[in-house]
Amino acid sequence: MNVNTVHDLNRAALGGGLIGLAAGLLMLSNGRAAGISGLFAGLLGRWPASWKEDVLFLAGLPLGGLAFRFMAGEVPVTLAASPLLLLAGGLLVGVGTQLGSGCTSGHAVCGLARFSLRSFVATVLFMAAAMAAVAVRKFL
Amino acid sequence: MTAADILRLRIALAAGLLFGLGLAVSGMVNPAKVLGFLDIFGNWDPTLAGVMATAVPVTALFYRLAALRDTSLTGQPLPPPPARLIDRKLVTGALLFGAGWGMVGLCPGPALEDLVLNGRAWIFVAAMTAGMAAHRWWSGRSRAPAASMAQVPE
Repeated sequence: MNVNTVHDLNRAALGGGLIGLAAGLLMLSNGRAAGISGLFAGLLGRWPASWKEDVLFLAGLPLGGLAFRFMAGEVPVTLAASPLLLLAGGLLVGVGTQLGSGCTSGHAVCGLARFSLRSFVATVLFMAAAMAAVAVRKFL
Repeated sequence: MTAADILRLRIALAAGLLFGLGLAVSGMVNPAKVLGFLDIFGNWDPTLAGVMATAVPVTALFYRLAALRDTSLTGQPLPPPPARLIDRKLVTGALLFGAGWGMVGLCPGPALEDLVLNGRAWIFVAAMTAGMAAHRWWSGRSRAPAASMAQVPE
């Protein structure tokens, strides 16, 4: 493995540890799963009793990004997709996460951490679909 | 508000900040990097697997600690054990979500975070919100005649 790979792997593992700490704290302290699509979509209808917590948690995400940019100087965010692809992808992510009751955080982090069979199946399927989408776009 | 209520709000913000920091440190906020991780038949960049390798066990440890208690530290009820039903909704939803994720390289957490890091994320988040609202509208309509169907919580 070259130096860049080791560097990126270390960063990924450190970031994952922080994500685990965040999701763990939210459950141990507040009794809530850190499922981002569910918390976000919950604010689109009649607001739940926990809306203040949910808004603060969701607001923390961009704040964490800004905090990291302040510390690291620059955060690469390369979004190459065309506007049409952004719209189509966003729509699919919106509908899919609601139909499938969760996204990467809810199923692949929180769900797997509590050994949920549903989350395991969902994670395998959405990873496979995402890999297929990338492959199809490349060979098209 | 009680002291526990205030603590709960502070923890929620701190957890969101830590989560956002983790997404940024790991590279999950960069769609180009995510697409490299998903490109297993091409120039595959497997490093993002490191995120789940630590996020899941650390979360599981905290969940284990929580499960030893009757309520959360601030007195909130803990979620019931996970449902086991694998139905068409779960399968279809996961496949649609995965397709959208692979088309752009954004899932909901990084998308919300990228609102302040790359302005183009607003297009994606607007469409994602519309998709969620459309699902809510559709499921509200289709649930009405079949109100006896049991709702399965996550």
